[in-house]
Amino acid sequence: MTGPQWMDEEAGALVRPYALTGGRARHSGAKLDLITMVTTTGSPRDVPGIGPEQRRILELARRGASVADIASDIDLPLGVVRVLIGDLHDLGLVDVRAPGKVAPLPSERILKEVINGLRAL
Amino acid sequence: MAFAPSEEPVALKILVAGGFGVGKTTLVGAISEIRPLRTEEVLSDRGVGVDDTDGVEGKTTTTVAMDFGRITIREGLVVYLFGTPGQERFWFMWDELSYGALGAVVLADTRRLTDCFPSIDYFEQRGTPFIVAVNCFDGADRHEPDDVRIALDLDPEVPVLLCDVRRRASAKVVLVTLVEHALKMLTAAQR
Repeated sequence: MTGPQWMDEEAGALVRPYALTGGRARHSGAKLDLITMVTTTGSPRDVPGIGPEQRRILELARRGASVADIASDIDLPLGVVRVLIGDLHDLGLVDVRAPGKVAPLPSERILKEVINGLRAL
Repeated sequence: MAFAPSEEPVALKILVAGGFGVGKTTLVGAISEIRPLRTEEVLSDRGVGVDDTDGVEGKTTTTVAMDFGRITIREGLVVYLFGTPGQERFWFMWDELSYGALGAVVLADTRRLTDCFPSIDYFEQRGTPFIVAVNCFDGADRHEPDDVRIALDLDPEVPVLLCDVRRRASAKVVLVTLVEHALKMLTAAQR
């Protein structure tokens, strides 16, 4: 399957976004927040059965990317991207790390760093 | 000899909420590289009755565009900005958006102050640190922050400031004010 093809502007994409997920709107596994960090675990080359969109996700997440970054970069709705990432997670191809998992709240030091960083922009 | 392990990357989320046309997109764009981000959601019952779904059989989806910006403080420390649709019919998105959020900027327009009531109620109930930034539109009467505070019945510790979201310097002050407020709440909670 290739990416969505367009007949013309009015017809819209020939492949509706959720066709990429087999019609699933939710993934049953990992809970993926907008800023959950996704990191590719290994080489995606020898994995059969994943689509071009998922290969692209593996590429984008090679150095770690948030769910929102990925959705924006591949220009697919968040819901679709979540399902695709969930599948990759099930296959062991990506690690996901929820923002609140390590520390529920950012530390004082981090916040001070952010304040200084914003001021310096 | 032992080196400290390289730090885990930290991502922080800041929400920009407020009524339609209040300047959310402008604020996000003034301070960060704005990028498109869309969601496609199954319309909940709450959406029905607002959107015209007469004659539509079964479930239907709606596409919502969000303002999405990213500010890299340093490698491994990134602040994400999400401009969230402020109307109540988008509340199905809010729980997720506010999960783990560092805080929220509620943008207000004094000509339509009631537009930000839902956002303020929401963040108060969730205990999410928030500030109110009054966007000073050309032609609108300027109001003192204290007048806005009274009109919105805000707690005394909630910062209220005037801003011009078209200006990068002003947008910076807004975000710094929010993070300082979040820091204050954090240290108060630790005491």
